[in-house]
Amino acid sequence: MERLLRRYGAVLTGTFIALTAFWLLVLVLLPNFTMLESSFRPYLPAVEIGGQKDFYSFRNYLTIFGTPFDTSLLGMHFTIPLRILIFLSTIFYSALVTVITFILAYPVAYYLAKIVSPKSLPTLFLLLFVPLWVSEILRAFAWWIIFTFNGPLNALLLGLHIVDTPVRWLGYNSVIVGLVYTYVLFMVFPLYNAMQSLDSNQIEAAENLGSPWWRTHWRVILPHSKPGIASGAVTVFMLCAGSILVPTILGGTSVQWFTQTIQSWMLEALDWNSGAAYAFILLTLCIVFVFGMMRVFGVKLSDIAK
Amino acid sequence: MSAGIDLDDVCCDFGNFRAVDHVNVDIQPGEFFSFLGPSGCGKTTILRMISGFTEPTTGVIRIGGKDMKGQRPNQRPTALIFQNLALFPLMPIWENIAFGLEVRGVDRAKRRKRAEELLELVDLHGAADKMVSQLSGGQKQRVAIARALAVEPSVMLLDEPLSALDLKLRQHMRAELRTIQKRTGVTFIYITHDQGEALAMSDRVGVMSQGKLQQVATPREIYNTPANGFVASFVGENNILTGSVQNPGGGMASFVTPFGTFRARLGEAAAGQAVKLYIRPEHMTLSETAGTENSVPVTVGDVSFEGSFITVQGITENGTQLIAELRNDGSATVPAVGSKRSMTFDAARSAILPDGIKAGA
Repeated sequence: MERLLRRYGAVLTGTFIALTAFWLLVLVLLPNFTMLESSFRPYLPAVEIGGQKDFYSFRNYLTIFGTPFDTSLLGMHFTIPLRILIFLSTIFYSALVTVITFILAYPVAYYLAKIVSPKSLPTLFLLLFVPLWVSEILRAFAWWIIFTFNGPLNALLLGLHIVDTPVRWLGYNSVIVGLVYTYVLFMVFPLYNAMQSLDSNQIEAAENLGSPWWRTHWRVILPHSKPGIASGAVTVFMLCAGSILVPTILGGTSVQWFTQTIQSWMLEALDWNSGAAYAFILLTLCIVFVFGMMRVFGVKLSDIAK
Repeated sequence: MSAGIDLDDVCCDFGNFRAVDHVNVDIQPGEFFSFLGPSGCGKTTILRMISGFTEPTTGVIRIGGKDMKGQRPNQRPTALIFQNLALFPLMPIWENIAFGLEVRGVDRAKRRKRAEELLELVDLHGAADKMVSQLSGGQKQRVAIARALAVEPSVMLLDEPLSALDLKLRQHMRAELRTIQKRTGVTFIYITHDQGEALAMSDRVGVMSQGKLQQVATPREIYNTPANGFVASFVGENNILTGSVQNPGGGMASFVTPFGTFRARLGEAAAGQAVKLYIRPEHMTLSETAGTENSVPVTVGDVSFEGSFITVQGITENGTQLIAELRNDGSATVPAVGSKRSMTFDAARSAILPDGIKAGA
């Protein structure tokens, strides 16, 4: 603070602080706080706002336990509140997407960080980024076209006699593919950063001590990359759980993502209070889930921020 | 247990650059062999070829008589100690040491026991559960040695492992390395640019320059009878005189310089090459009166008292500088600057050597 003052003078320093405070208070905290506040209030016609019925309660939150739904999993039939089911499947598929992106990103990141010559690195990075130049909605539609019942994927599989009848891809399958495709780079780059900081001599040392490649990865490279894996996994998971476009376009009618539930509260029911409540449920439970996973894998928050 | 290594006409090219140029050397089982040379001379490439991280462009490498072509580094009986040691920072010390055993499927209890034995061997008992970051430079060094010894290699390869240590520790580790080598009987191949290390530890030294092996000999021979000017000047100090050879015969020759003609030993490879006369400063003596042979009148220039020896700079009548290194036995007098003296050297201990390095093979 003192150094800032000495260096830039009172006016500039004041401007810096005011701008930062404006960003943090007005653009971040205020909207979130408004949403949090309204999530505890009932959805009322305009005339009744501020009236007798307008008081704080957890009622909006508790509706998540309503609407019982019969379903079955692994042959077991049970009844579960519909929105809890939607929430759980959102978490499950987001976690699945995170795992798949990790499996895909690990070899790519390793190749970029340790195998490829530094000279061709810019070209490869460019190739990785090119798909990002196309807007997310176009990419989702492109996959939708590929996955449609009479689309190219089924045509190819039928043509190669891999399947006899066209497969109904649209649903969770296509959502998984779409999400992996959209977010895989968010896994590649933290992994690349982590691996790139590993001294190559350690890989050679392991090999020199007789280690086969998989053990070198398991004992040396993977542990070193843990902070990168954690940061990539948290990012991909949060983005997936909060994604709306891909599930909406590629999900068809069989997929309900939790964000879609929030959206329908907000835009179809016009009940912003319940929508806000559900948004906070998603945020809170995702954070709890992430911290739980970090505990399980022994990752510290400071590792992720690196 | 230990194995010999045979480098048979080995070359290694990186693009157009020839890093290792027709190297032939036969290293005996249980030998402590050093490759000595300036940075970029190809010595590390030799080490990487022996350990399998680099394949020779041409030539054959045999370990224990077996051609190593196509053998992956993890299939070779070698253990490499890296310049930066490359210990695994996320494993405790004992797991570092036992990593090679873990790879070989030794069970945990046995691994732990072996790691503690090796820690004992390198004087580090009680460090088993520490992390790498908790150790000092010298201790890390020993852990790296223990880790390499754990896999019971036939050949141990060391890539300037002492260069990161301070002088005191370096001298201590020299003796330690030598002791460990004698105790285990493993063939050691040691890479260094430090002539002191190479001379003090090795059974034999191979001096390298520009990818070529200049001379392979015992430390004594390297120092006392260097094969050429490069070896002479890379290992130890020299007074180097320019001039021409006359009347060669019987391994001796006359060497004509602007300030006198001297008798000196004629190096083997000297015939038909540009030559210079090399005289070690400690073989120069300083006297009030001229000697009978190989004596040069000089004016004493700079004199510096170094403790165990005194360095005297003499200037000949044509301005050439000669250095004499006099042993300080406690009674030696320091000559006054500007006084007239004679510098004399022994014909048998000076050599006429080809200037520079060995020509292409």
